[in-house]
Amino acid sequence: MGSYESELNLKATELRLGLPGSDEPEKRSCSVRSNKRSSRESSVEESRCKSNVNSDDSTTTSDHDQESVQPAKVQVVGWPPIRSYRKNSLQQKKVEGDGSGIYVKVSMAGAPYLRKIDLKVYKSYPELLMALQTLFKCTFGEYSEREGYNGSEYAPTYEDKDGDWMLVGDVPWNMFVSSCKRLRIIKGSEAKGLGCL
Amino acid sequence: MEGQAPSPLPDQVLENVLETVLHFLSSRRDRNAASLVCKSWYRAEALTRSELFIGNCYAVSPRRATARFPRVRSLTIKGKPRFADFDLMPLNWGAHFTPWAQALAQSYPSLRRLHLKRMSLTDRDLTLLSLSFPHFQDLLLTCCEAFTTTGLAAIAANCRLLRVLDLAECVVEVADEEVDWISSFPETQEETHLESLVFDCVECPVNFQALERLVARSPSLRKLRLNRYVSMSQLHRLMHRAPQLTHLGTGSFSASELDPEPDYASAFAASKSLVCLSGFREIWPDYLPAIYPACANLTSLNFSYADINAHQLKSVIRHCHKLQTFWVLDSISDEGLQAVAETCKDLRELRVFPVNTREEIEGPVSEVGFEAISRGCRKLQSILFFCQRMTNAAVVAMSNNCPDLVVFRLCIIGQYRPDPETLEPMDEGFGAIVMNCKKLTRLAVSGLLTDRAFGYIGTYGKLIRTLSVAFAGDTDLGLKYVLEGCPNLQKLEIRDSPFGDGALRSGLHHFYNMRFLWMSSCKLTRQACQEVARRLPHLVLEVINSEEGKADDIEILYMYRSLDRPRDDAPKVVTILH
Repeated sequence: MGSYESELNLKATELRLGLPGSDEPEKRSCSVRSNKRSSRESSVEESRCKSNVNSDDSTTTSDHDQESVQPAKVQVVGWPPIRSYRKNSLQQKKVEGDGSGIYVKVSMAGAPYLRKIDLKVYKSYPELLMALQTLFKCTFGEYSEREGYNGSEYAPTYEDKDGDWMLVGDVPWNMFVSSCKRLRIIKGSEAKGLGCL
Repeated sequence: MEGQAPSPLPDQVLENVLETVLHFLSSRRDRNAASLVCKSWYRAEALTRSELFIGNCYAVSPRRATARFPRVRSLTIKGKPRFADFDLMPLNWGAHFTPWAQALAQSYPSLRRLHLKRMSLTDRDLTLLSLSFPHFQDLLLTCCEAFTTTGLAAIAANCRLLRVLDLAECVVEVADEEVDWISSFPETQEETHLESLVFDCVECPVNFQALERLVARSPSLRKLRLNRYVSMSQLHRLMHRAPQLTHLGTGSFSASELDPEPDYASAFAASKSLVCLSGFREIWPDYLPAIYPACANLTSLNFSYADINAHQLKSVIRHCHKLQTFWVLDSISDEGLQAVAETCKDLRELRVFPVNTREEIEGPVSEVGFEAISRGCRKLQSILFFCQRMTNAAVVAMSNNCPDLVVFRLCIIGQYRPDPETLEPMDEGFGAIVMNCKKLTRLAVSGLLTDRAFGYIGTYGKLIRTLSVAFAGDTDLGLKYVLEGCPNLQKLEIRDSPFGDGALRSGLHHFYNMRFLWMSSCKLTRQACQEVARRLPHLVLEVINSEEGKADDIEILYMYRSLDRPRDDAPKVVTILH
């Protein structure tokens, strides 16, 4: 389709987003940084540069002039104009594509303390569930799409980006990791309400 | 008459009268005008100016400033230009406070108030301050850096009359030896004079017991903004110690233990004077209902660190009928903005920050929420709005619905984005803003913009003092329109736009009236800058190139007027043309 063609030409007609004289925007030198903290930010930015150049259909919605063709999505220094201080504060909560871990709080009904775990450490649901069961000395039992964790003493739930409480295991692992904000282990009896469709 | 001292000369009397009268003049613009009348007025004004404002620390030397104004009690100094906040300036560029600290310590023993913005100040500077001014009351540091908790400890320990300690968006390093600066406030003082304690930007834990004791013995405390290391239950304790607070920054707004939980809502209900809420640094939305009792009185609410959705926002905002200032994240989406528009009829200032700063095709807020705000909040005076898409129609609507706008800053995150509906540039939208908002003094533009947009700005933006431009314009004409058309322009910051030497020359008649000009990644050459430097000897042109050397193309030009010789504290990457 035309989209692939125009992608090939992007390099030639590319709108330069870097400082004059810089050849590869991905390797933008970070020598003009003023904020000590930004050393972590710069590595995040560089990894962003290397990651997805937007290639879905939305980039070529129109056949109009080059003004409406999106240039390659490269992270530009100091753009958008948000103070490093603010960016850093938000990044502590955001899920990063790579780099730092994804720490979420885990609470359990009746337990006096919350725990924190790094979701990045686990590669799949079984690993995560095993870790949770060990951490809180509880059991979840078998997960089934239909019955959830029916029959077990406890069940793992999580709060997603929309603020809804979901049963752990329903969505694909990667989707879970990127949308999970917090975990909560509830009593099996409460879990009945979260049983799947 | 015999035995009496000779009567004062008529001139002397006049001078005394003048000084007495001038004491009442507070506006610095009026004072500047008065000082130009004649030498005697110049002298009298200089002797009576107690509040000194220095908009650019390099525009005048400390020696010159203290020599002219010997009786200053309150001083404001601004350092780096705003674009330094976005990592566009080299490390160690300057704005060092040390020479000022030394000059002030010598010349202003009665100094009571110091406000620094974007300055670099060290612990030694802070210690010197704390020891040099026995009447020192107010220290406000905004976007400053290079000091640690050690410096804060010195202020806490030595400034017995301290009334205000406000640290806003500073980068505070943690000292090597763990200094708990809160503990440095002398416990022997039965009551402190503290009225405002703002430390939400200090990124290290504080000794809570010491903090609680401090709050307990500060009966005048009205503003308290905690950092994210203060938990919900700790906040609860502090609120009970200080029910008289008017401004509260809530710290993390999340819990570290589960049961038992105190009744947070009652704490907020008991704080009957609360008008400003901020903080929410690590918010657990479950706790939002706690603030409901305070909402009806709030005039200012800062949710800009709280990742909450529309539903969660609505539960709060529907109580906030008196809200005038609202800062928030775009996580609330257009739906959240519509809720704001429905309730907050008195809104004057709105800032919507993005959670996701990457360029996307769509985002959670758009022209839909923007236009809803314009329809609901007719008294809007200041807006800062980040989004992924915006239409000319919505911007035009706001220009018509909100004629009181003084500050209009729209940031369409995608560079060179046209109107997604019409695929036209955003010229007409911004044109309508400058045409219809007759009080506009500050403007930031974005999206796809041609020279036409700048033509509008030059024609209609007669009151504009600050203009921010990025990835915009076609030719030198764009900048020319602005420099020739905007007589009140003082601060102009431009990045990544195709303006070159011709455009620069067109501003020669106006540069002495400006605080500064910033141009980065534009099309300026060294020769043109050199020419400007020659023709206008009181301008300092700082050329910053990331690679040292005599490159012909200028990466960054930072240009400002100065009464003194160019500074000698610039790092190697900065070349000063003269």
